[in-house]
Amino acid sequence: MEHHSAQLIACHDCDLLQREIPLKKGCAASCRRCGAVLYRNATDSIDRTLAYTLAAAVLFVIANLFPIFAIEVQEAGSEINLFGAVQSLWDKQMHSVSLLVFLTTILIPALELITMTYLLLPLKFRHIPAGSYILLGMLKIVKPWGMIEVLMLGVLVSLVKLTSSFKVIPGIALWSFAALTLLLAAAAATFSARDVWERLDSKGDKEVAA
Amino acid sequence: MTGMNSAAEQGLCSCHVCNLVSRLEQGTGQAHCPRCGASLHYRKPGSVARCWALLISAYILYIPANLLTIMETGSLLKYRKDTIVSGVVELWKTGSWGIAIVVFIASVTIPLLKLISLTLLLVSVQRRSRWRPRQRTRLYRLVELVGRWSMLDIYVVALLAALVQLGNMATVKAGPAALAFGAVVVLTMFASMQFDPRLIWDPIQKEST
Repeated sequence: MEHHSAQLIACHDCDLLQREIPLKKGCAASCRRCGAVLYRNATDSIDRTLAYTLAAAVLFVIANLFPIFAIEVQEAGSEINLFGAVQSLWDKQMHSVSLLVFLTTILIPALELITMTYLLLPLKFRHIPAGSYILLGMLKIVKPWGMIEVLMLGVLVSLVKLTSSFKVIPGIALWSFAALTLLLAAAAATFSARDVWERLDSKGDKEVAA
Repeated sequence: MTGMNSAAEQGLCSCHVCNLVSRLEQGTGQAHCPRCGASLHYRKPGSVARCWALLISAYILYIPANLLTIMETGSLLKYRKDTIVSGVVELWKTGSWGIAIVVFIASVTIPLLKLISLTLLLVSVQRRSRWRPRQRTRLYRLVELVGRWSMLDIYVVALLAALVQLGNMATVKAGPAALAFGAVVVLTMFASMQFDPRLIWDPIQKEST
C-alpha cells in the first residue's frame, strides 16, 4: 500500500497533500492552496513532443551552420554565425563569457534535443530506453539553462542596433532561430514528464511480471 | 485528511525528480525514491543558507556589473564606452524606444526584481512570517520565470563584438562588465533554484494544527 500512494500528490510549491483527480483532455489541475499547476492532461503528449523535438533538431542544425546576419559598409563587411561569436569572444580572452554563451545556446539545447529524442522515440514504440531514469532527472536540471528564446531576442536587439550604422543582411540562421524558438516553446508546452513516468511505471511492472 | 495537511506532516515526501510521494523512513540515513532512486528530502537541504550565500555574491558583483563598461564602440568618427544604463539611454535617444524598453526591462528591472524579491522571501522565511503566503509563492514563481531573460545583454554584446570588426571603420569590444553581469545572472538563477517555496508555508501549517 505504501508503495502505491501514486494517487497522492504533494504540491511542489507549498507541499499540500492532495488526491489526484482524473482530468479531461487539455485541462490542468492546480493546487487548491497556492494555485501552482500540479499536472495537466496533455493530448498525445509523447507523440506531439517527439514531433516538435525532431523538427526543432533539424532547425537547430541549420541555425548553427548558417550565418545569422551580415553587415556591409563601404566595401568592407563581415558575417557571423553562433559558434563564430563564441570563438571570437574566446579569442579576445573573455573565456567565461564565451563559455556561458556556448553552454546556454549551443551545448545545453543540443543535449536537451538529443535526450528528448533518445527518450521519446523508443517510448513511442513501447520500449524503455536504457538510463531513462537518470536522463529524466538530468533533463530537469539542465532545462532552465537552455536559453534559445533569450538569444532570439538578443539577435533582434542586435539587428536594431546595427541598422543605425550598417547595411544589415539577414541570414538563413535568423529565420531558423525564429522558427526554432516557436518549436521549442511548443515542445515544452506539450511535454509532460508525468506521462513519461507513468509509461515507465506500467512498462516496468509488465517486465517484472513477464 | 480533510484539512490542509502538508506531505511532510504526514511523514510523506515528494520526490524532486519524479514527484512520486513516498513515506520517508526515520533514522535510516539517506533515503531514496522507490521509483527513480533520487535522494529524498522533506525540504531542499541547506536551502536558506545556500540561497543567502549566492544572493550576497550576486549583490557584490552587481556593483561592478553596473559601474564598469559593458561595450566599447569605436569608429572613425566617434568612440564611446557604455555601461548597461548608458547603453539603454543611448538607445532611447536614438529613437529606438521599443528596444530601449525591452533592454531596460531585461537588464535593469529583472536583475533588481530578482535581488529584492529573493531578499524579501529569505527574510520572511527566516522570520517564519505568515504574511500573504500565496502572494509570496507567486512572487517566487515570477522570479523563476523571468530570471533567464537578463542574459539578453550578454548575447547582444557577444553578437556585436564578434560581428563588428572592420578595423578602422568600426569595432565593438566587450567590456569587463559583461563578465560581472553574466555572473550576476548565473548566481541569481542558482539562488532562486536553491530557495524552497515550501518553507513559506511551513509556519502556516504549525498555526492550523
